[in-house]
Amino acid sequence: MGKIRPIQKYSYYQKTAHGGFIATKLNYAIGWGRKFSIFHYPFITACCGMEYMSAACAHWDFDRFGVGMTTFSPRQSDLLFVVGTISHKEAPVLKTVYDQMVEPNWVIACGACAVSGGIYDNYAVVQGIDRIIPVDVYIPGCPPRPETILNALLKLQDKIQKQKQDLRWNIVKE
Amino acid sequence: MEHRQRIEEQLKKQFDEKIRSVTTDLGDIVIQVQKESVAEVLGFLKHKPQDYSMLLDLTCVDNKGKKPRFEMVYHIFSLSKNHRLRIKCRVPEQDLKVESLCSLWKNANWLEREVYDMFGIQFSGHPDLRRLFMYHGFEGYPLRKDYPLRKRQPKIRLRK
Amino acid sequence: MTTRLQKEARKESLMINMGPSHPAMHGTIRIMLELDGEKVRNSEVEVGYLHRGFEKTCENKTYFNLLPYTDRLNYVSPLINNVGYVMTLEKLMDVTVPERAQYIRVIMSELSRISDHLTALAAMTMECGAFTVFLYYIKAREEIWKVIEKTTGARMTTSYIRIGGVRCDLHPDFKKDVDRAMKVTRDVLKDVKGLLDKNKIWIDRTRDVAVVSPDMAVNYGFTGPCLRASGVKYDVRKARPYLIYDKLDWVVPLGENGDNFDRYMVRMKEMEQSLRMVEQCIEQIPEAVPEAKGEINPHEAIKAARTQKPDEEIRLSPNLKGSEKEKYPTILSDKYGVKVPPKEDTYTTMEGLIQHFKFFMKGHGIRPPKGEVYFSVEGGSGELGYYIVSDGSDRPYRLHLRGPCFHIVSALEEMIKGHYIADVIPTFGSTNMIGGELDR
Repeated sequence: MGKIRPIQKYSYYQKTAHGGFIATKLNYAIGWGRKFSIFHYPFITACCGMEYMSAACAHWDFDRFGVGMTTFSPRQSDLLFVVGTISHKEAPVLKTVYDQMVEPNWVIACGACAVSGGIYDNYAVVQGIDRIIPVDVYIPGCPPRPETILNALLKLQDKIQKQKQDLRWNIVKE
Repeated sequence: MEHRQRIEEQLKKQFDEKIRSVTTDLGDIVIQVQKESVAEVLGFLKHKPQDYSMLLDLTCVDNKGKKPRFEMVYHIFSLSKNHRLRIKCRVPEQDLKVESLCSLWKNANWLEREVYDMFGIQFSGHPDLRRLFMYHGFEGYPLRKDYPLRKRQPKIRLRK
Repeated sequence: MTTRLQKEARKESLMINMGPSHPAMHGTIRIMLELDGEKVRNSEVEVGYLHRGFEKTCENKTYFNLLPYTDRLNYVSPLINNVGYVMTLEKLMDVTVPERAQYIRVIMSELSRISDHLTALAAMTMECGAFTVFLYYIKAREEIWKVIEKTTGARMTTSYIRIGGVRCDLHPDFKKDVDRAMKVTRDVLKDVKGLLDKNKIWIDRTRDVAVVSPDMAVNYGFTGPCLRASGVKYDVRKARPYLIYDKLDWVVPLGENGDNFDRYMVRMKEMEQSLRMVEQCIEQIPEAVPEAKGEINPHEAIKAARTQKPDEEIRLSPNLKGSEKEKYPTILSDKYGVKVPPKEDTYTTMEGLIQHFKFFMKGHGIRPPKGEVYFSVEGGSGELGYYIVSDGSDRPYRLHLRGPCFHIVSALEEMIKGHYIADVIPTFGSTNMIGGELDR
């Protein structure tokens, strides 16, 4: 093996930063900011909540990806984490919570029941929460492993980065 | 076996014809009681010296097609004797009224609400007989055999 | 629609609504409260937000196919649910289980019980603000789930216990893994004891809150840790020993006052007893058949069977990784028609294929005799009973579950009456409400 070279990447950024400015697209910069500061609202109903707990705790710790902030007010959250079965009795509650969220917002359907009703194809269960609210990322599994939940969060971050950003906050009414 | 005989004697002495039969089924003593005297018999069994002080479970079976259509099943348990009894009574479809056990056991409140919710059995003397699991506005009784498995009654309008 | 509470409430009272989506209402339950200042004057609990139609669905599934649904009842201790269901059916069909399988069931049940208590207390403590304790508990739970995963193949919803035995044998490293998990759990329990047992805040919030007298507990049908916290000695494992619980040396921990602190203490002590039980089981468990030697190529095995060499033993595994057939006698009952035949037989002999076909074909499969049966095991939060009515067909005519926390949550209204609103949360946590089991 040859000698260890200094990592070029860092020195490049150091140089540019030294210049005092960086050029980027506004859309990209806002997306970058948004994707690492996701406040999420865990809407936990059933079994998948146990795996959500594992993913949130020290072993897997999704705080590493900037999704650590749990808010229990839908008005202050960006991401609705629907974890578990949604029954017909629960459906209006979910709808109310979603309607209170401020835009831009995203929704993750976690677990087979939230995605499609799962193994419960009967009178009581809604066959997938996309019958009630729009969904951005679907997580399969009954229940999904914590790694799958982390993967879904990374996928969501990609999506936030790439999408056309909602810039309505910038418009000042006169 | 002798335990069964003792209970049978006691009940026959006290209630005579209201007890239809006493049998043993897979180690459990099963007592068939007439519908009208269920609360009476259970009240007798609850208090000392019988001392079946705990209502373990209360449920209903829908025997669709048979003549008394429904059958109530009570499991009671005695902590001091470490013994369990199963009491049953038949409920015909025309007369769905059964006496409530709320005055004897407090957990009968929710258990009876559940049975009302799922089977539509009416409990006379229940303080607050409403649906427990399903919501207000739900029609039909889901655990009856004639309710289709996939008949949904959404509370809000669903998207396509 | 006006509820009972709205009818009863005074005009000047403040009414607030906790749940169904509330940080402390883990799972979904709605508590409507009528407040007098900061005290709860009256309340009403509404359940059913997680009603998934378990009983109706089971009536439409075969006995073998409904096993996964039982996992999702009390989803923190799925293995105990499996054991309960399977043993109910075994009682109906009169199946005897090999001793090694019984030991495996007990080990798995006790590990599940520990994970159940850990989760229950983790949620309870976190809601009181002890976040460190929550992280510690989850650390221990992860270690236990690692063992469960390595043995059963899944972290939570395992479906590991089968009618007549268990699905597969313990893996060779099992003892080492369990020892490690138990060590971590013991350390965690010791740490938590240090943090909570004499903690002023914790004691103030839990002592003498929501006291349940023994009479009230029995009247409400409490079982499990909540009943024992009130000082009533009733444990299904002692009262009607099933499996091999009577061969083990353990005690039933009891509380004195029946308040939240006692419910916490009983759970802590029960975990220690469970750890003791697992240790004893591992010492006593009968030897397994040694591992099948050599790699087996399924393709070659089938080819060998076709070329008909009657003297040669053919070995092929269900998971195609190592033979299970030799282990079958120690972990599965030999009764005909209750288990899936070994894959070697299915692939290589005519009888095996017919057996396999009949097991899975509609209208065949496991068909217990006509009758009805009630059987209960000690679940995570109390007596977990199954009531099955069989009409002789391949699916249950009626299946009813006695969920322990149904009875405990039905007492919640009375437990929180007259206490401060902040006391609702540890009280609710101490009942260990699990939606899947409560609402079914």
